[in-house]
Amino acid sequence: MNPTRRTADERPLVLDRARVVDPSRGLDALGAVIVTGGVIRAAGPEALNQGRPDGAEVIDCSGLVVAPGLVDMRVFVGEPGYDHRETFASASRAAASGGVTTIVTMPDTNPLIDEPALVDYVLRRARDTAVVRVHPMAALTKGQAGAEMTEFGLLKEAGAIGFTSGRSVVTNAMVLRRALTYARDFDGLVCHLPLDPDLAGSGVMNEGDTSVRLGLTGIPAEAESVMLARDLRLARLAGGRYHASAVSTAEAASLMAWAKDQGIQATSAVPITHLTLNEIDVGAYRTFFKMSPPLRREDDRLALVKALADGAIDVIVSNHDPQDVETKRQPFAEAADGAIAVETLLSAGLRLVHAGDLPLLRLFEATATRPARLVGLDAGTLSPGAPADIVVFDPEEPWVLSEADVVSRSKNTPYEGARFSGRVRRTLVGGRTVYVGS
Amino acid sequence: MTTTVNPYGFRRPHLLGIEGLSKPEIVDLLDRAEANVAVSRQANKKRDGLRGRTQINLFFEASTRTQSSFELAGKRLGADVMNMSVASSSVKKGETLIDTAVTLNAMNPDVIVVRHHASGAVALLAQKVDCSVINAGDGAHEHPTQALLDALTIRRHKGRIERLTVAICGDILHSRVARSNILLLTALDARVRLVGPTTLIPQAFRDMGLEVTTSMKDGLKDADIVMMLRLQRERMNGSLVPSVREYFRYYGLDAEKLAYARPDALVMHPGPMNRGVEIDPAVADGPQSLIREQVEMGVAVRIAVLEAVTGNRNASAVESAP
Repeated sequence: MNPTRRTADERPLVLDRARVVDPSRGLDALGAVIVTGGVIRAAGPEALNQGRPDGAEVIDCSGLVVAPGLVDMRVFVGEPGYDHRETFASASRAAASGGVTTIVTMPDTNPLIDEPALVDYVLRRARDTAVVRVHPMAALTKGQAGAEMTEFGLLKEAGAIGFTSGRSVVTNAMVLRRALTYARDFDGLVCHLPLDPDLAGSGVMNEGDTSVRLGLTGIPAEAESVMLARDLRLARLAGGRYHASAVSTAEAASLMAWAKDQGIQATSAVPITHLTLNEIDVGAYRTFFKMSPPLRREDDRLALVKALADGAIDVIVSNHDPQDVETKRQPFAEAADGAIAVETLLSAGLRLVHAGDLPLLRLFEATATRPARLVGLDAGTLSPGAPADIVVFDPEEPWVLSEADVVSRSKNTPYEGARFSGRVRRTLVGGRTVYVGS
Repeated sequence: MTTTVNPYGFRRPHLLGIEGLSKPEIVDLLDRAEANVAVSRQANKKRDGLRGRTQINLFFEASTRTQSSFELAGKRLGADVMNMSVASSSVKKGETLIDTAVTLNAMNPDVIVVRHHASGAVALLAQKVDCSVINAGDGAHEHPTQALLDALTIRRHKGRIERLTVAICGDILHSRVARSNILLLTALDARVRLVGPTTLIPQAFRDMGLEVTTSMKDGLKDADIVMMLRLQRERMNGSLVPSVREYFRYYGLDAEKLAYARPDALVMHPGPMNRGVEIDPAVADGPQSLIREQVEMGVAVRIAVLEAVTGNRNASAVESAP
C-alpha cells in the first residue's frame, strides 16, 4: 500500500492531450505528462518532443486536467484512539478519491502526538495502511496545554513536518513567543488556531442575527481577529514562521494582508467550507455545519475568496474532521465541531473557478504548491524529477454528492446533496494509480 | 609585593563589573593574580595585606564556591572575614537593601563582597557605603571575578588571550558570567562566539557584532576555548527549552561536539555543573577540562582584587584628606 515502495518494472505512463496545470512553473497549457519510475520526466506542451518512452501506457486525457496532487495541510484522523471515526487507511482512501495525494495530519489523537516515538508510530501506521502520503504535524505544546513547548528538534528528526496547536489555542502570549523563537532554530512552521477561547466563550456558531434567531450562543468575529492580531505581532517579534491554521473572517483577511505588507513571516489557511458555505447553511440546526472556526457571514466568505485570489491568504485546507453519530446526532449546541471535507476539496474548490473568482492555476497553488513549500515537501509540482503525485480530473463533469458516495469512515459532510461541476478521474501517488473514478 | 605602581593599572576603589575597565586595568589585575598562584600553592599561605581589616561577605543568593573563595582569599590576606547570608539576616525580616547597607556601613568594614539576585543592586549598595565593594554577581548583569579567573586560567594555558577563539555556549540570556566574559575577552581582543538556542541568546548580542550561532558544530569550529554555561533547572522544561534530553542532544558538550573544536581546545565551566544537561561527565572530567583549575584560580584572582580595591580606597582617602 505504501506509495513510496514501488516496483521498478512499472510501465512508463503518458497522460496525453491534457490541459496541464502546474503552478510551480506558472504552467497552464495543453500538453502531456510523462511518468517513469514513479517520477515525472516531463510535463507541458513540449513533453513529447523526445517521443514517447518505449512500452508506455498512454492515457488519453482529452478534456481533462492533469495537475499536481493536492496537499491538504489540515486533516484530523482518528487514529490512534478514535479509529471508529477515521483510520489512516480510510482517510487516505477518501483523500485519494478527491485527488489529494498528501495529507498533513493533526496531532489531536489519543494519545496526543507530542513525543518523537508517537510521530514514529504515525509514520509506521501510515506506511503500512495508507494509499496517499501522510506527514504528521506534532503538538505545539506538551499535552496541548498551551504551557510548555514540545521537543521541536527531536520531533522534526522523527518526521514531524510542523508544530500545531491543532484544535486548541495557546492563550499565553509568552508561550507562543518562545515557541516561535525556538522553532527558528529548526526552521519549524508554527501553526496556531487564532480563536480566543474567552471571547468565543460557550459560543457554538457565528455571532449575528442568525445566531440570535436560532437562540444559539454566538462566537464574534473578534474572537478570531483579536487573537490573530496578537499572533502576527508575536511572529514579528520572534522572527519565526507563523501559520494561522484556519481563518474565517473578513478582518482576518485584512490582517493577513497587513502582515504581508509588513514583511512578517506569516501565512494562513482558509477551510474550503468557509469559501463555499456560510452561516445561513446552518439552517434548522444542522450539526454537520457546526465547525471550528464557525461558518461566518456571506460578507466574510466573499472577503476570504478575494483574499485568497490576491494572495493575502495562502492556502486552502479541508479542515477534515470526522465525527460519528454519537458526537453529531445531538442538539446543535451539544454536538461536536467538525466536517469531513478532504474528498470534496477539489470539487468544492472548482466552484470558485467556475464562478470566475479564482483562476485554476491559483486554486492549485493554494491547494498543492504553496502548502507543500510551507511544510518543506517535494510535492505540489509537475517539475521533472518530482515524485509523480498527480490528479487527473474532468473540470466540468456535473454530479451530486450522495451519502453513498462518501468514502471517509465518518459521514459528516456538509456537502450532502450539493451539486458540483468537476470530478476526479484518477489519482496517482509516486506514479502508482491509487484511485480511478467511474 | 605590589609596591611597583602601574600608572595605567587598576586604581578603582570598587570592582562592580568588567564594563568600563581598560585593557591595561584588566591585565594589571591578571598580573597581580598570577603572582598569587604560587603563594596559594605553598605550605604557608598566609600573608598580611589585609591584616586588621574587616571583610563582609554579603550573599543574598546561595553560593558555595564564590563565597568560600572570597572567604579564603580574605583569610589568606589576614582580614577578619564575616559571612552574612540572607537566611540569617534582617533581610528576611523585610529590611531593604539600602537599610542593610547603611547598617553594615556603621560597623566600619573595609570591603564588602556582595552577591544579589537583582541586576544593578551591587552598584546601588556601593553608593551607600564608605568602603570598597566587590560585585560577586548581580542578577544577569555581571560577575567580574569569574571573568577574571576564566581569563587567568586561559592565559596560563594558552599564553595569551588575544586572537583566541572562545565559544561561550548555552544560556547566555540569564548569565552574568557570559556578560562579564564577553566584555573582558573582547577587551583583550579574543574572538568571542555565542552558541545556543535562540530562546537563550538575546538578539542584541548579534546587533552588537558578536558571532551568534545556534549550531554547536559551527560555533565550536576552530575554537580554542569552549566555555559552557549552567542551565537553570526551571528553564529546562518547556519554557525556554523543551526538555533536558533535547537540550543535551543539540547543546550538551560531549566528545562528539568537542571534536568540532581545535584538538587542543580547552573546556571550561563556571560551576555548578549539571552533568548530562549542558556537559557530558566524560568531558567535564576529561583531559581537556580546566574546570577544577578554574576554582583554584578563583582564589588567586580574589586575593588580587581584595588587595587592589582596599589599597586603592586607602590611597584615594589619603589623597582626598584635608
